Amino acid sequence: MTGAAPLVQPTGLRAWLLSPEPASRWQARLGRLYLGWRTFTKNPLAVFGLGIVLLLLLVALFAGFLAPYSPVAGGDLRTLRLLPPSAEHWFGTDDQARDIYSRVIYGSRITLWVVLLVSVIATPIGLLVGTVAGYVGGWVDTVLMRLTDIFLAFPRLVLALAFVAALGPGIENAIIAIAITSWPPYARIARAETLMIRNSDFIAAVKLQGASTPRIIMGHVVPLCISSLIVRVTLDMAGIILTAAGLGFLGLGAQPPMPEWGAMVATGRNYLIDQWWVAAMPGLAIFVVSLGFNLLGDGLRDVLDPKAAK
Amino acid sequence: MAVATLTQSGGHHALRFFLLRTTQFIAVLATTLLGLVAVTFFIGRIVPIDPVIAIVGDRAPAHVYARVRQELGLDLPMIQQFWIYLKKAISGDFGNSVLTTNPVMTDIINVFPATLELATLGTIIGALIGIPLGVLAAVKRGSLIDQFVRVLGLIGYSVPIFWLGLMALLLFYAKLGWVEGPGRLDVTYSYMYTPVTGIVLIDTLMQGQMDAFWNAVSHVMLPACLLGYFSLAYISRMTRSFMLNELAQEYVIAARVKGLSEFRVIWRHALRNASVPLITVIALSYANLLEGSVLTETIFAWPGLGQYITNSLQNADMNAVLGGTLVIGAAFVILNLVSDLLYRLLDPRTR
Amino acid sequence: MKQLPKFIMSAAMVTAMATSFSAVQAATPPDTLVQAWQIDDITSLDPAEIFEFSNSEIAGNTYERLINYDPKDVSKIYGEVAESWTVSPDGKTFTFKIRQGKKFASGNPLTAEDVVFSFQRAVLLDKSPAFIIGQFGLTKDNVKDKIKQTGPFEVTMELDKPYAPTFVLYCMTSTVASVVDKKLALQNEKDGDFGYNWLKTHYAGSGPFAIRDWKANEVVVLERNPNSEKKTGLARVIYRHIKETATQRLLLEKGDVDIARNLNPEELAAVAKNPEIKVENGPKGTVYYLGLNQKNPNLSKPEVREALKWLVDYSAIADTIMKNKGEVHQAFLPKGFLGAINDNPYKLDVAKAKELLAKAGLKDGFSVTMDTRSTPEITGIAQAIQTTFAQAGVKVEIIPGDSKQTLTKYRARQHDIYIGNWGADYQDPNTNADTFAANDDNSDNAKAKPLAWRNAWDPGPLTAKTRAAVLERDAGKRAEMYRELQKDVLKDGPYVTFLQQIEVIASRKNVEGVVIGPSFDMNSVVQAKKN
Repeated sequence: MTGAAPLVQPTGLRAWLLSPEPASRWQARLGRLYLGWRTFTKNPLAVFGLGIVLLLLLVALFAGFLAPYSPVAGGDLRTLRLLPPSAEHWFGTDDQARDIYSRVIYGSRITLWVVLLVSVIATPIGLLVGTVAGYVGGWVDTVLMRLTDIFLAFPRLVLALAFVAALGPGIENAIIAIAITSWPPYARIARAETLMIRNSDFIAAVKLQGASTPRIIMGHVVPLCISSLIVRVTLDMAGIILTAAGLGFLGLGAQPPMPEWGAMVATGRNYLIDQWWVAAMPGLAIFVVSLGFNLLGDGLRDVLDPKAAK
Repeated sequence: MAVATLTQSGGHHALRFFLLRTTQFIAVLATTLLGLVAVTFFIGRIVPIDPVIAIVGDRAPAHVYARVRQELGLDLPMIQQFWIYLKKAISGDFGNSVLTTNPVMTDIINVFPATLELATLGTIIGALIGIPLGVLAAVKRGSLIDQFVRVLGLIGYSVPIFWLGLMALLLFYAKLGWVEGPGRLDVTYSYMYTPVTGIVLIDTLMQGQMDAFWNAVSHVMLPACLLGYFSLAYISRMTRSFMLNELAQEYVIAARVKGLSEFRVIWRHALRNASVPLITVIALSYANLLEGSVLTETIFAWPGLGQYITNSLQNADMNAVLGGTLVIGAAFVILNLVSDLLYRLLDPRTR
Repeated sequence: MKQLPKFIMSAAMVTAMATSFSAVQAATPPDTLVQAWQIDDITSLDPAEIFEFSNSEIAGNTYERLINYDPKDVSKIYGEVAESWTVSPDGKTFTFKIRQGKKFASGNPLTAEDVVFSFQRAVLLDKSPAFIIGQFGLTKDNVKDKIKQTGPFEVTMELDKPYAPTFVLYCMTSTVASVVDKKLALQNEKDGDFGYNWLKTHYAGSGPFAIRDWKANEVVVLERNPNSEKKTGLARVIYRHIKETATQRLLLEKGDVDIARNLNPEELAAVAKNPEIKVENGPKGTVYYLGLNQKNPNLSKPEVREALKWLVDYSAIADTIMKNKGEVHQAFLPKGFLGAINDNPYKLDVAKAKELLAKAGLKDGFSVTMDTRSTPEITGIAQAIQTTFAQAGVKVEIIPGDSKQTLTKYRARQHDIYIGNWGADYQDPNTNADTFAANDDNSDNAKAKPLAWRNAWDPGPLTAKTRAAVLERDAGKRAEMYRELQKDVLKDGPYVTFLQQIEVIASRKNVEGVVIGPSFDMNSVVQAKKN
């Protein structure tokens, strides 16, 4: 279903991109990218997801301009505390008389930071474990995969909870804990890909040229595994956000007064019935952002991995 | 039907296959569980909490503190401590909970039925609604209902469970008063029955305490529906994909050609074949609900394993946290392996 | 296939659920008082070990102590199990006459034997609160000689020093001085534990209520003790563990519980508008304070210590975040204690604080961490203080943790600022003076770890003064000594004491007679009834 759209005779840039005989590697790559993009844009939900993620990026980048108040400094406790949403405070104020809208805006930075760091830590670990296990095989494979299975055996949130309990609450420790629990699926994917690549002719050729094992893994196996990993990591980002928010909600994530959304919901829980906005607004933010990542991940999977798209 | 497929193939072959699977199963289980114990032991050692204070409290005089410290035997070498921990863990001894003073295992046995009750109901709701929805979505692919199922699923994957729970509580309990609030049973009913299975719904029903039963139903409804929704999101999505697979098979076309009613083709033939992978999916979703219960139970003051763990966590009761983690981990492993085993046993193609 | 019936039943249930959408409006039974309370601090029901808030309250309603005092006027001491007492001329021997005709809930008669057993057992078991009676020179080795039965209804107690009599008597009003049923405890003794392992979860007392059941983190059930001469208004009192305050409120509003104990200020304001609900309160012997570690070079400067005392918006905290839960109080002795002073000299004054900081060479402020227990209340206060500190350039980083984590750090003197509260162990002023104003050994490996030590503060002459005050037998002079101690600590001590706790109880209108005492073991439901 990917490239089946009826092709009108293309001209100009499009023609260059879609040329059946690309003149260079670059042209071929860009062409493939363009085809992917066309498939992607056919899915309105995916584009919507991309929009949300881009919006998150922009909001995080320009938080300073967008937020009318300080996200951390408390206001006048006597007059500005727990005010309902109004023109001055779009999302109302919280128990420390802070503007919730400003806190949600700045909270996007924390969310983005968590997602980025977890991906940056967990992906290489998973990639390394998976490719080494898959390529070297034998007992190395057994040991590494057993280790992976052990980590995979724990429910993610529960293991992260135990780790944060041990390391002490805080955003850095929450990130480490989530990363520790995130890598195993990546290792499995990387291993599966590696097993397919391992016996291919071109690896045999490289081997004949006398390349060392680390060199083959790093130079030839890893790059081929990356694209399917990217899809998986994107699909996981919503999960990472939700886990981080869950930790924050239980008081094990970011420390006060940081405007972490999960922790904000936890505060709002104390004022749920009469001051519902304190919990509702940050929760809505978590929902929208993870929906965005999910939609984007879905769309990406359709493009990069059409087999699974059904 | 499961039994039928098994006996059809030669008895000898099936037995050998079964034995092989079982040994493999036990080996995997054993190493994984050993790993789980090692991980929890490791976590327990890096906790920045003085275990002595956890027991004697802040205001204890110095000599009481010193005595308890000695009693805990914290001076042994690390490897010896692990060995002791492992031996104890195997015999189900995770030490005593500081919070309840009971052995952790006793506590877990007490709270586990509550979690089981919730997760089971959640899975049942998820499967009862999710499977028909998934089938409909597959049959009417691209239709409004297909879109609906997709969006329903995406929302389920995206919404924080603790937030949805709070909002549901706010709406259905606090504002509308349709259901009972947090907890398993009103105090009034707590002593009207004797706990046998530990599952309130069953105990009250067996003992004919209908008022207590309906009260329990009203309490369990909201959290069970919440968990059910998350289970539904997953099950409907998977059902849709399995059904699409089946509907494209030749036997479906053949059945249609033979003039079987569309209803029969879909519900009797296609769904029946899709049910094999579906069992795996349901088992997995069950395992996931065990995890989902951690946050749900906290919100709904449901006295299950999830609440036990978070409570212990907030009180730095590490024995309880690690014991609970280990038990959830073990349940998770076993459910995963069992679903895997079931799949292999039931599906003739994997033989 | 054993699973099948269960499955069918569950399926039937799901269909049934769909039809049961109306929740029943349940009221609690008229002879039963149901309280929603955070009771997860209970770890033991043995009076020799009870040292937390909830189990103290439960012990107060189910056990009788040797001496007691009037919850409305702490200075009125009377005998509970003791009928009368005399003090020898040298002030070192106390003789207690025991009331006759008392019976335990088990039916066993209460005699001097039980009193001696209970006290000796407390010292021999040596659990956390044992020091309250042990501090008079009683040890494991000498307790059998020092506390003796001198008649069927007479007990004598020998002390090592001539302590102020009120000090001794107040200690006899604490939970650890509860009288335990010797016969019953020994019937359940194992390996010479004086019945400790049994009593941890069982009951052997003579109070107006008996403990029928305790499920950790779930429920405590008290039932009228038919053998007690004090007739209770209710047949049953149930404490239900409800962690969430919002849930407590909903249960109260719906009539599912009669009393909610942990409502936050906003919830209290909301329920106060409900004509079915009333709110009552009373001050408690707990103070909230910041502990400033003197190992931190900035905090050890006297100007900085004083500056921080000018940087807390005491009244704003008491009026908003802690409304109805605390009142401004700056001395270490809570209101209601002998010699307590209540002239709170400090208020938020940023200019003055800046001046003091400049004098200390910290014109631009400094950065500091604050170890904070992650409860909504403490976290809320910590953030409010963080905001006002910042106005003078003092940048506070909040480090959250559970109580055990923060305490571990605090007791290792590894904090900068610790925010917490301190509850009096007994009703005598020595309880707080001993910890806030005395520090016998400020070295890192000292044995005793009073609050002064934890903040690495050497109070100098104040230690000796504290020790002298406890031996002063003239009540007037003694009160004056504590007043001076408080003033000195207020001026120079490493504590920013800012609130005294108020306990609030929100109850249904028909509940009457619940007494909020000055300490938790004095919260009484004995006279409670429902109209």
